Amino acid sequence: MVFNKNFSCLMIGVAAVGFLAAAPANARVDGDTITLGAAVSLTGKYSTNGKHTKNGYNFAAERINKMGGVKVGGKSYKLKVKYYDDESNSSRAAQLAERLIKQDGVKYMLGPYSSGLTKAIAPVTEANKIPMVEANGASRSLFTKGYKYLFAVLSAANQYLEVAIDLAVEKNGGKPVRIAMAFEQDAFSQDVRLGILDAAKRTKSKIIIDDKLPKELNDMAATLAKVKATKPDVLVVSGHSKGALTAIRQISEMKVNVPMLAMTHCDASKLAKQHGKKAEYALCAAQWHKSLSYKDKFFGNGMQYDKEFNAAFGYAPPYQAAESSAALLVWKGAFERANSFSTEKVRDALAKTNMQTFYGNIKFNSAGANFAKPMVLFQVRCDGGKCANKVVAPTKWASTKLVHPIPKWSQR
Amino acid sequence: MNRQTILIIVLGIIGILLPFIFPAYKLQISFLWILIVLALTWDIQGGQMGYNTFGNILFFGIGMYLCASIQVGMFFPLSEWTASGGEKTFVHEPDQFFQGFFVGILAAGLVPAIIAALIGYGILGLRGHYFAICTLGLGIAAGEIAGGIELIGAGQGMTVPPWPKGIGDTELRAEFFYFLSFILMVITFLFLKWAYQTRFGLILNAIRDNEDKAEAMGIPTMRYKIIGWVITAFFVGIAGGLMGNMVGYIEPVEVAFAGATLGVFMILMTILGGKGTLWGPVIGATVFHLFKEGFWTYFLGWQYVALGLLIVVIVVFFPEGLMGWIREKYPEKFGETVDEEDQKSSVEL
Amino acid sequence: MDLLIFKAPILIVQASLDGILLGLLFALIAYGMALQWGVMNIINIAQGELVILGGYIAYTMYQLGIHPAFGIFVAPAIMYFLGWGLYKLVIYRVVDRDLFISILATFGISILTQQLMNFVFGADVVVAQSNFGTTLLFDDSVTIPNSKLFSAVISVVAAIAIILYMKKSKLGRAIRATAQNARAAKILGVDTEKVYAATFGLNAAICGIAGSLIAITFTLHPYVGLPYTIRSFMIVIIAGLGNLPGVALSGMGLGIFEEFADYILGTEFRIGAVFLLLVFILVYRRFKLSRKREYLE
Repeated sequence: MVFNKNFSCLMIGVAAVGFLAAAPANARVDGDTITLGAAVSLTGKYSTNGKHTKNGYNFAAERINKMGGVKVGGKSYKLKVKYYDDESNSSRAAQLAERLIKQDGVKYMLGPYSSGLTKAIAPVTEANKIPMVEANGASRSLFTKGYKYLFAVLSAANQYLEVAIDLAVEKNGGKPVRIAMAFEQDAFSQDVRLGILDAAKRTKSKIIIDDKLPKELNDMAATLAKVKATKPDVLVVSGHSKGALTAIRQISEMKVNVPMLAMTHCDASKLAKQHGKKAEYALCAAQWHKSLSYKDKFFGNGMQYDKEFNAAFGYAPPYQAAESSAALLVWKGAFERANSFSTEKVRDALAKTNMQTFYGNIKFNSAGANFAKPMVLFQVRCDGGKCANKVVAPTKWASTKLVHPIPKWSQR
Repeated sequence: MNRQTILIIVLGIIGILLPFIFPAYKLQISFLWILIVLALTWDIQGGQMGYNTFGNILFFGIGMYLCASIQVGMFFPLSEWTASGGEKTFVHEPDQFFQGFFVGILAAGLVPAIIAALIGYGILGLRGHYFAICTLGLGIAAGEIAGGIELIGAGQGMTVPPWPKGIGDTELRAEFFYFLSFILMVITFLFLKWAYQTRFGLILNAIRDNEDKAEAMGIPTMRYKIIGWVITAFFVGIAGGLMGNMVGYIEPVEVAFAGATLGVFMILMTILGGKGTLWGPVIGATVFHLFKEGFWTYFLGWQYVALGLLIVVIVVFFPEGLMGWIREKYPEKFGETVDEEDQKSSVEL
Repeated sequence: MDLLIFKAPILIVQASLDGILLGLLFALIAYGMALQWGVMNIINIAQGELVILGGYIAYTMYQLGIHPAFGIFVAPAIMYFLGWGLYKLVIYRVVDRDLFISILATFGISILTQQLMNFVFGADVVVAQSNFGTTLLFDDSVTIPNSKLFSAVISVVAAIAIILYMKKSKLGRAIRATAQNARAAKILGVDTEKVYAATFGLNAAICGIAGSLIAITFTLHPYVGLPYTIRSFMIVIIAGLGNLPGVALSGMGLGIFEEFADYILGTEFRIGAVFLLLVFILVYRRFKLSRKREYLE
């Protein structure tokens, strides 16, 4: 094989042009625009929640811009978010983070959806000393690595359902309970599982079923058959939107009677709407609920956010959208307090964040986790044919009392 | 020195200079080198030997997990590292990092090669699509099983030791991995270039053209098939170890045993470039990588549509790949003489 | 925990029933794949996506207030024409090519379809409610969701209907003739091009039925097609081509194996176990054949 020169020159030329073309240069602050970078899942298995995340970011960015933008050094700047699609794939997410930072010159990052992808991105932002405010990575392992540039507006994943176990123990007269659990094989759900393990240890409860569902699995019949046979006091299920919908479908079809059913992602999957009465009494952990009484000047309160978000995007905001919006409020606050665009100064300002947003209080501990905000538990309750999520804990915001134990299927 | 040698040297120099010309693109180009290694090694089976495999991702994943586990396990208890709830932070000293890394990379090459040798006899006895599907099963099973093993983080995934603090910044890290992946690519390329010129290469082609005849002529085909697979496993394993370090986070089915993405891409790249040729995989991987990265920038949300169309167009219209297309157009550049008379007569038929 | 199934023997009944019902549904999808593979020598990676697309058709009906179970009539009708169109657009170009080319071409179609479904139907995970209720057996200790029962019955009925159609109708005979020897069929006046298009359409229609059933038994999402493709692959491989009762049997066998693997090995290894089984079966068959100096091809 012999090549001629023209051909090799052509190939090299194509390669060079291609690489240049693949990335338009973007300065971090361009004229009057501050560019934040984000890789979110527009395709792939997390696309549902990736969409919520993106809508949340856009909604807040628009609102901030409309209300005067970000004031730094006496000048007003607009916020812009540069998105890439991480395809719900951690390898992709890490590469895109690198790309946002190195090639697009992004100096301020927003998080992706899901703990797994945040875990993939965090080492990159950390190595490049780029601050990231993330709203959807709850895995506790994010906060034990000593990251300095990672700030999470949400509570850690292990806190999601610990409260539920405590509630079950309380209802059981303080005696330990028997727990059955089924968690998807991914970073977030497995972290929720660790939280339950801790809670079980603390309350001396016994774990009798501990199933890890493969990611592609959409059939939990085997797990539920085990639950039926062993009759636990609490059944805990977590597996993003698909897990929540599958669980309710099969629990109702297999008539599985458990006194307490605790889950995650009930609002993101529109559980109450899609399954109606079948989902009733499911107890759900959430980072936020519209009925909470927090306030800020951008969105007013939760109810207002809910209404306006609904008007803008045509569906009620799940907490994934709310926390994403909150992340931008945190950025705005930090820029203005730092009064500078230096990443170090902004990072320090971020670390000192102490504010209230419609989503909740935000204050970071040294690991970057938000410790100022409790988790919310709500229960799906139906009134006639209409089902909605009603807050049951913490008691401060409870709009209804927890129904415990869940009535048997034969009585529903 | 013939033209090809000159071309290789020129490209080599460009490869060395690239990170300094485009410093922002170091990591992206490093991924390209890894992709080229994957395409080149896939071509040993798929192109030269006629065995279409979906299973090379198996060695990739094993190499990745093994390398990371050794990097951690040499100095710290692995189970505490991967336990997500662990409150401890472990920090690698620079010399710990490099010791662990080099032992890890070595193992990432050798162990998959040994595994390939062990399972080769059973699996390479299958032919046609049964071979393809069996290797597909291997890759998927490996990912699922890795996702169930607590020691390596199960579904949580595991993090690779970060670049040690105190020796240079992220640029140094990027350069380190750039040159390692570049060297790996160059070695793979030169090794295969040499191997294809030997009797080994001829035997692989004989197996592709007619395995039964080759066997009847007294060639121990199974032995050569296994040797071919061992070579693949060795290079792919090292590529996996490097990729794990470059990505920094290992997830069982998305990063390590990524059959649905990398596992298919390596085949596509080879076919795009032209399978059964030495330069095909190199060109295919380069063009594919450029296309793909371009899609991400300009077709946000549509990149899958674009990619899907691209794949269909490639396999429908360029099944012989770019190299095959060029070869057909300029056969004389490949040292092939076209017999005009012969061509005419075949047309008249 | 792994011994639970032996402590509570009733679970064996439950697991077997679950496995059989699941297996029959998968067998239907596998049947479509076997048909296509046997007639056109094409392995369709987009099979799962066609199934999900069928599911979305049923879901759309559900959204419009029609019971999703009627999807088993509407979805195949629509899907048949989609399949036909797909054949005319792309597949006919790869029919006579290497099998591997068709694998890649359909892979391209599959990711294209995923993305288009994401645009058209949205990224939400959705379910369609059938409200079929539940059958309780053995004093409430074994439960069978009627929707699963319905799926299994429809799968069997659909398969039988197709088998009869293949035996009795003119087109069916043409399809079988083409499968046996495309060249001879062509010489004898069979329009193989038409046969191929019809086969591809028929497969898409089968996927449509299966998809509507999945809409009422499981969940739908644009990106969950691949497991269905791979599962039907395995069923066909284990059964062998052109072996219809075999497809049903291997479907059920696989379903049962998966359920038992769940109980015995743990849920996390359930899918891994299925694929290892595939590898073992293939390697076992290869060694058995190699004694006779034959090989699987």
